[in-house]
Amino acid sequence: MLLAQLLNGLILGTTYALIALGYTMVYGILGLINFAHGEIYMAGAFLGLFLTAGLKLPFLLAFPLATGGAAVLGVIVERVAYRPLRNSPRLSALISAIGVSIFLQNLTLTVAGPATRPFPRPFGIRVLTLPAGLSISSLQLFIISVAVLLMLGLDLLIRRTAIGRAMRATAQDLETARLMGINVDRVIALTFAIGSALGAAAGILIGLYFNSVDPLMGFQPGLKGFVAAVLGGIGNIPGAMLGGLLLGFAEVLGAVYFSQYRDAIAFAILIFILLVRPTGILGSTAQDKV
Amino acid sequence: MLQLIDVFTYYDDLAALRGISLEVRAGEMATLIGANGAGKTTTLKTICGLLRPRRGRIVFSGRDITGWRPEDIVRLGIALVPEGRRVFPQLTVWENLVLGATVRRDRAGVQRDLEQIFTHFPPLAERRKQLAGTLSGGEQQMLAIGRALMARPKLLLLDEPSMGLAPMVVEQIFAVIESINRAGTTILLVEQNADLALHIAHRGFVMETGRIVRSAPAAELLASEEVRRAHRIVWVRALRAY
Repeated sequence: MLLAQLLNGLILGTTYALIALGYTMVYGILGLINFAHGEIYMAGAFLGLFLTAGLKLPFLLAFPLATGGAAVLGVIVERVAYRPLRNSPRLSALISAIGVSIFLQNLTLTVAGPATRPFPRPFGIRVLTLPAGLSISSLQLFIISVAVLLMLGLDLLIRRTAIGRAMRATAQDLETARLMGINVDRVIALTFAIGSALGAAAGILIGLYFNSVDPLMGFQPGLKGFVAAVLGGIGNIPGAMLGGLLLGFAEVLGAVYFSQYRDAIAFAILIFILLVRPTGILGSTAQDKV
Repeated sequence: MLQLIDVFTYYDDLAALRGISLEVRAGEMATLIGANGAGKTTTLKTICGLLRPRRGRIVFSGRDITGWRPEDIVRLGIALVPEGRRVFPQLTVWENLVLGATVRRDRAGVQRDLEQIFTHFPPLAERRKQLAGTLSGGEQQMLAIGRALMARPKLLLLDEPSMGLAPMVVEQIFAVIESINRAGTTILLVEQNADLALHIAHRGFVMETGRIVRSAPAAELLASEEVRRAHRIVWVRALRAY
């Protein structure tokens, strides 16, 4: 029973981690909390639903197309709602983010309607029995594998490629990055694209897992992804992964003991971490640029 | 090679440059000296595109680069070693240097230059996998200069390379700057330590509150009254800060 809960925690945790990555990458470069990120997650799920249930595309084709579509949406949001405000006070961009969030929710409500829809299963579900009385379904295995692969891919991109190097440089010192000849507008757009694709992937996986997609589905996971990013240390990529996993486990374990407070647990953790260690688990205090 | 013609730069409504004109000739080492707040850093930032002039023109190698973006200006051959070094502290020495070559496409050439910088600055070679933030001030300055050289600039702008460094280290850094110039790179050096700068430069420009009040061969300035006055202001400020 406990092991089954841990498996659930792992699934929730990896998806929270995917969402948290989008927050943390954007924050790392712009110092902005992209509160429209939960809606990108929702839009990803709807795009996935539209491509599989509407256009009858095979899931393995629909998944990259939907995440790609959400990446484009993320880039558009940055271009329209954040870039014009880049030199304005942070608060303006934050308000703009909330505006985008409300806009995307209502756009989806208008276009798709308020109903909750089922997500077609891409393959028959088999339950695999593992030793020690544990069992895992092929769907669970699939979700965890996809999430882990995406995170490994991101890690490689950030640490080993020229693009990743440019992204890290821009996050550390935007002005000096420009002096190197880095086109920081392109780096920022790319950051939004990658973060949005990961968030959308989480939306599709969760839509698939709970077999349900609706226009307001992004709100709670959006907030929890944010909590996970803060827990791990906002701006820190391994921190977002760790924060997501910890939050997933904390939620399911907490729910075992106080089931009615399940959603409160994330926010209790947020308050606690802000009081005790505001920089998060892996976050460092601001680097001195001497 | 570089010409500024009646350039005005503002921070909001505050004029930091009030009609600067200067010319740096190919191959020479020029220096811009003056007290704190005279507009030296602003001048460099305007040249490399981080600040947009409100009036005036900037011409480099016969092309009008006024209002260009910094990334395009680097590509044309102007590199800045910024004030306070500004190495990327969480990237390794090697990564910092490679980023300096962002605008280049000749991989083999980049590799050669990298090796050359490691030969010239042995401490950087030893620490190539270390994070730049863990280097000493002098090593970081070497790295910042090496990083700028990786772009193969025709014109190198240096902003206060002596800042916060021990006298012996400053001597080393200035020897490096001299050798870069002798190897053919044109240099515009900004320094508060006017004495030091004028000793290695060919020509000097003296700045006061957003204007160039004098330009002359370095040797001439070294002897002159204005410089001593500017120098004294620096000393008073340094003492106050102390």
